[in-house]
Amino acid sequence: MSTPAISVPVVATTPRGPLRDFWGYFSANHGAVAGLVFVIAITFVAIFANFIAPYPPDLTNNTVFLKPPAWQAGGSWAYPLGTDAIGRDILSRLIFGARLSLLIGVAVVAMAIVVGIALGLMAGFLRGVFEIAIMRLMDIILTLPSLLLAIVIVAILGPGIMNAMIAVVVVVLPHYVRITRAAVITETSKDYVTAARASGATRLRLMFSEVLPNCAAPLIVQASLGVSTAILDAAALGFLGLGAQPPASEWGTMLADAREFVLRAWWVVTFPGLMILLTVLAFNLLGDGLRDALDPKLKK
Amino acid sequence: MLRFLFTRLSLVIPTFIGMTLLAFFLIRLVPGDPIETMAGERGIDPVRHAALLKEYGLDRPVLVQYGIYIGRVLHGDLGKSMITQTPVLHEFFALFPATIELALCAIIFALVLGIPAGIIAAVRRNSIFDHGVMGVSLTGYSMPIFWWGLLLILLFSVQLGWTPVSGRIDVKYFIEPVTGFLTIDALLSGEKGAFRSAVSHLILPTIVLGTQPLAIIARMTRSAMLEVLGEDYIRTARAKGLSTLRVVALHALRNALIPVITVIGLQVGVLFTGAILTETIFSWPGVGKWMIEAINRRDYPVLQGGVLLLGLVVMTVNLLVDVTYGIINPRIRKSAA
Repeated sequence: MSTPAISVPVVATTPRGPLRDFWGYFSANHGAVAGLVFVIAITFVAIFANFIAPYPPDLTNNTVFLKPPAWQAGGSWAYPLGTDAIGRDILSRLIFGARLSLLIGVAVVAMAIVVGIALGLMAGFLRGVFEIAIMRLMDIILTLPSLLLAIVIVAILGPGIMNAMIAVVVVVLPHYVRITRAAVITETSKDYVTAARASGATRLRLMFSEVLPNCAAPLIVQASLGVSTAILDAAALGFLGLGAQPPASEWGTMLADAREFVLRAWWVVTFPGLMILLTVLAFNLLGDGLRDALDPKLKK
Repeated sequence: MLRFLFTRLSLVIPTFIGMTLLAFFLIRLVPGDPIETMAGERGIDPVRHAALLKEYGLDRPVLVQYGIYIGRVLHGDLGKSMITQTPVLHEFFALFPATIELALCAIIFALVLGIPAGIIAAVRRNSIFDHGVMGVSLTGYSMPIFWWGLLLILLFSVQLGWTPVSGRIDVKYFIEPVTGFLTIDALLSGEKGAFRSAVSHLILPTIVLGTQPLAIIARMTRSAMLEVLGEDYIRTARAKGLSTLRVVALHALRNALIPVITVIGLQVGVLFTGAILTETIFSWPGVGKWMIEAINRRDYPVLQGGVLLLGLVVMTVNLLVDVTYGIINPRIRKSAA
């Protein structure tokens, strides 16, 4: 599924530390580095949106409806990427949108990791009926088309950014539960866990200080790829009118607003989608790079 | 084989029960009871409210209600749409062919482009073509398809005027549904230009819906092919002096396709997810658009029935894929049983 990391000829005679080693593999993958740079840049933009954006995201100016971008006839550098149907600066909305989209992506993944690890650990350690119930439930979630399930959840809870996030968490949850459970089952059969158990470690201690750190790698990879899924799904919900509600400058919601102007103003449609694509792409590149660098099987 | 089939089938039942539970509780989790929901913002007279509760059996214990619901579902009764008053099952089957037609075209599009692209990328590993295919497929995989659809409309419908913006066929044609696949029905009808119109309406939605599966299939074909090309029997075949074409097409492809087939099967879920968005963008009258409309109109029986039916379709296809895989690959069969 991914470009395997190009192996770097090792010239160093002293063994490298794990971090240096990781960076060696990671930086050999140009796509992954590009993804990382974009992610850092967009995070910077999101944090300092107030200072970078030329206008507040909701400021309307009724003298400049649907103004084209600066380089087109009729555009001006006052609004570099043009304005939307009610005279809001598109660049500023995109900048504030970065904040919203990243927040959604990170929050969804954080929630999914916490709940997923908890359920996965319990399924892996307790086994029995509890495990069967959890894993069956996860199978059902995986069986249903993800967006459909998210839509159903939002239909129950009502549209809005918070409910959309909950819906996406539920949809992506099975991956985290499965990864954790699988890792727990492999790890608990190893000698060091038996040793820890024999020396009287409690189950909680086994779960969190012995087993969990050892299944961190697949979870980190899944988390990085998960941010992109979360951003994409939340934007899709926003586009369907079920996610963030107008006038929020969430990219998907902006696209939904712009749909009716597709025939006359290409810029209101083009830029928000481009931002979604670039951000999702960056996180996918980053995730692929992390997987290649962290997966010992590919390193040989 | 029989044991494998039974093991696999026994997994279906709890999943089915789970889906019915989800569909059943869907309506009950909505704030307020279903009758109030149906009445909407106008509110409802308490007497009529009680009468309706009784009529729909909502005054009985939840477990009994669930039992009744399961009984009905097994008899093919999924309730009626609150807006049109037609049975949900009937509406579903009227619209489903449109979704299937679109999904089939999309998967064919993805296969026809994705498999050759993946093979060539693997054979010419690290060439410009390989990097190009991987770059494009990662972009396709990251693509917000609702935006992709709008972009294509912007370019091909608005700028170039090549393709229509929405619908399945030009309004001037009325085609009697025979197969439900409009392209085939248009051909059968013999009406001049109808087939052309149906096909031109299909092009953009097909591309939009096929993009993600295309990306996934190309990547999967490439990595499966790379794995197979490293095997000893390929080296043997080459050493025998067989042409590259023969080695790739006859020896490698057959084995490389096994994981690809699984991936194709798994695309059904992706396709339905994509169909919801694609149909919304292109006003394609299929089940995806139908369900989005149901949400907007708060038509819960449609939502409930639609979720269950789509879930069943995905489940059935997954089952078929697993069984096919078991037939192709005996190792899977053994480890699962």
